[in-house]
Order: sequence, then structure tokens, then C-alpha cells
Amino acid sequence: MIRDGIIDALKLLGRLDTSVIDAALRSLWISTLAVTAASLAGVAIGLLLARKPVPGRAVLVVLFRIGMSVPTVLIGLLCYAILSRRGPFGQYELLYTTWAIVIGEFFLALPIVTTWTHGAIMRLDPRVSETAYTLGARPIQRTLTYLNEARLAIVLAVLTAFARCFTELGIAMMVGGNIRGRTRTLTTATALETAQGEFARGMAMSFVLLLLAMGVTLVIAWFSRSGQESAS
Amino acid sequence: MLLQHHHWLPVFMIAWCIFLVPGCENNPPANPHVKIDANKTSVLRFAVTTSTQDSGLLDMLVPLFEQSHACRVDVIAVGSGAALKKGESGDVDVVLVHAPAAEDAFMKAGHGIRHEPLMHNYFLIAGPVEDLAGIRGKDLVVALKTIAEGSHRFISRGDGSGTHQRECDLWQKAGGRPPWDDYIESGQGQGKTMMMADEMNAYVLCDQATWLKQSDKYRLVPLLTGTDKLHNPYAVMVVDPSKHPSLNVKLAHSFVDFLISVETQILIADYQINGHTLFHPDRLSEESTK
Repeated sequence: MIRDGIIDALKLLGRLDTSVIDAALRSLWISTLAVTAASLAGVAIGLLLARKPVPGRAVLVVLFRIGMSVPTVLIGLLCYAILSRRGPFGQYELLYTTWAIVIGEFFLALPIVTTWTHGAIMRLDPRVSETAYTLGARPIQRTLTYLNEARLAIVLAVLTAFARCFTELGIAMMVGGNIRGRTRTLTTATALETAQGEFARGMAMSFVLLLLAMGVTLVIAWFSRSGQESAS
Repeated sequence: MLLQHHHWLPVFMIAWCIFLVPGCENNPPANPHVKIDANKTSVLRFAVTTSTQDSGLLDMLVPLFEQSHACRVDVIAVGSGAALKKGESGDVDVVLVHAPAAEDAFMKAGHGIRHEPLMHNYFLIAGPVEDLAGIRGKDLVVALKTIAEGSHRFISRGDGSGTHQRECDLWQKAGGRPPWDDYIESGQGQGKTMMMADEMNAYVLCDQATWLKQSDKYRLVPLLTGTDKLHNPYAVMVVDPSKHPSLNVKLAHSFVDFLISVETQILIADYQINGHTLFHPDRLSEESTK
């Protein structure tokens, strides 16, 4: 069965099966969008929590840390309740659209990026900020210095968040609805093929998922490495 | 001092385990199923359509059989298409589905050795109260054509389940389904598909059991039902053991006998949710009219 799956996966990729390409592209752009938004917000929040005396800071840090282990079905359920016609944002009719998945995955990625950024900035050598102060760096310059020093951890956090979002099923199924040609992603397509007893096709879908996830990881890892080499 | 504490911790843990393990073995199993497992009593694997599982009917019937035959029945709830696939690959002993055409193909291909009609109910078409397509009370074929021609939103299971197969069949009767933008394929079970239809104000084909069980959660209303074209028969089949010798064919036959027995058929007829009968038994008329 596994061999059949691999062969089928190669065949599907080889003839550029439209349903696979369609689902793959959708998966890619949904998670890219969600992770980009979550990274911007997460890095900002992480920085704030690490450097500014925000009221209730310790509690917030713990909450974000707990947020990393909230199961995706729960995030899906909460998003469903909020976006449903009977929910507070029902009038925008976002449920069963790709935007709903983006929103759900944003909340999946946010705690990961926030917690890692916060941790990385906290672990920075205190001399970094002392030096920046003595050299008379303006706040914005100091912030950039911190981010530059912690960039490896932040890149890893973004990668982890992307991997989580890209391979996630619960949110995509619940608030996306697995609608063919509209909200069907690689993971929900895999679930559907498996539910129909089409194991080889299901496996083919997940191999495509794995290949893409590995590809993205490698590309980002390569970028961050070459970035580091040029910086040093 | 603290270090010493840490040093002793593993020792305590090991001692704890040594004390606990014999204690566990002496405990009598509280659950009768555990005892059956230990004695290696047979297990029957039973693939059913999600609509039957969701109805709760099996939660009543299966324990009766388990008790009378000292066995365990593993109920695997999937769509009809997947249930038949599981039978084909010998992963289950008995299948209960509602997909007449696919059942015939299954028997003809020699995957099953026994096919027994079990019970039936009806499909229905539900939709928004406003019924913009105006299908209420219309002929089924006309209704489907109206939905398609008006490009009204319609949600299909799109998953090869019995309900989906019936839907395709109905479209064929209505002269084929033209493609339109608001024909949406959910690729999910009936319950979730109904939730989607409810949220999206769409028309949807549903089996009566799922509808009666969950309709109080929806704003959708039933618009068409009860005609012959919407007849929904359930059948039970024993998987052919000649290709898969590990199958429990004896127990499978007993289970099918149990399901079509007069006692069980009366239980099916009496099974109600919110005062509605979910399934009508197929084997009662000739045997019970004494």
C-alpha cells in the first residue's frame, strides 16, 4: 500500500493533476498569509513583552506559552463559533471561506512566534542593550539590534509556525469545510480520500504535502544560513 | 541536601512500580469487555454508514448481540463507499450500507456471500424556509431542475457515500446536472454537510435518520420527501471469507441472523427519537403477521 501510494504520488505530480495542484497552492498561500501576519504580530508582541513593563506581563507570557499547545480542533471550534451566522462576526459571511482558515491558522501560529521571540530576546546578552544605550542608539535602532541578534531563533519560530499551519487539519476542516475547488487543502483532501477508502490517493496527497513542507523548510533554512554567513 | 533528594527519587519511583504492578494484576477487570478480550473471545468487525451510527440505533442493538454471543463487535462508521471498500479488502466481517447499485456490484464481484435487506426510510430535500427556488411540494425531478436552472445554492456530500450516490442518481433522472457556481461539494459526513447547508442557506439531500436526529439544530426545513424516488433502503452483507481466511464468518452469519430476526426487527420498528420513527424494518411484514 505504501509503495502504491508513492507511485501514485509521483504519477499525480508527474501529470500535474489539477485537483492536487489546486489544493497544494491553496494550502501554500493560506499558511503563508497566516504565518506572515502572525509573524509580524508575534514578533512585535514578543519584543514588547521582553522589553517593556507591560502590565500583567508574566501572566501574558504564560498564556502565550499555553497557547502553543491548544489543539487545532479547539481553535477550529472557537473560530466556528465566532464566524458562524449566529456568532458575533456572522454578518461578514467568512465561514467556509479560505479567510476563515487564515484566521484560524493565525491564532495557531501567533503563540509560537510570540513565545520564541520573547524567549530569544530575554536570553540576549545584557551587554547588547547596554552597548546600544551607550552608543546612543535611538529606540528604533535598539529594537532592530535586538531583532538582528535574535534572528536565528525568530526564523526557526516562523518555520515551526509554518510547518504547523501547513500540515494542520482540524481548523481547515472545521471552518473551511473542505469545499471542492474553494476551501479544499492538501490535508482535508487527504482526509477525504482516506474516508472514501482511496488509501493510495490519500497517501499520494500526503506525500505531496510532505514534499512541499520539506521544500519550504529547506529553502528557508538555506536563506537563513546564507544570511548568517554574509552577516558574520 | 537538595541533590540528595534528586538522587533518591528514581529509587523511590522503581520501588513504587514494583509495589503497584502486582496490585494491578490482582484487580479483577471491572469492564466485562476486558474479560472477553483476555479470553480471546471472537471479535466481529462491522462497517456501517455514518447515518446508522449517528442514529444511535446500533448503541441499542449491538450490546444485545454481544451479551447473547459473548463476543465483541467493533463498529466502524464510514460512508457507504468506504464501508464497501473495507469489505472488499477484508478489513471487516459485515457491512451495513445504503447504496443499492454499489451493493449489487459488490455481490456480483464476489466480495460478499450474503445480502439481506434490513430496513428502510426516506431521503428528503431540505432547504431555507424562504425556498427561493420554490420546490416545496413539487415533483422531485422538476425540483432539481429548478434548483439547477436558477443556480440556487446546493450542497452535495461529494464523497461517494450512499447519499451522494443517490444524489448522482437523482440528477441523472433529472436529465443530468449542469455545472453551476453554487453547487458545492463538502466531502464530509452528513452531519457536517447539514451544518454547512444551514450556515450557507443551501438546499441539501439528507437521509431521514440524520434529519430527525439533528433537525432541531437547524433553521433549514424539509421541503420534499416521501416519494418513491427518495426511498432509502439499508442492507447488510457478509463478506466473502474465501479471499480473507481470517474473517469471522460464523459470527458474521449469526450477527446477520440476529439483525433480521423478528425480535430485532420489532426493536428497530419501535426505535424512536423525539417521537419519530427513524427506520422501518423490512423483514417484519410476512413473519410477524401471525
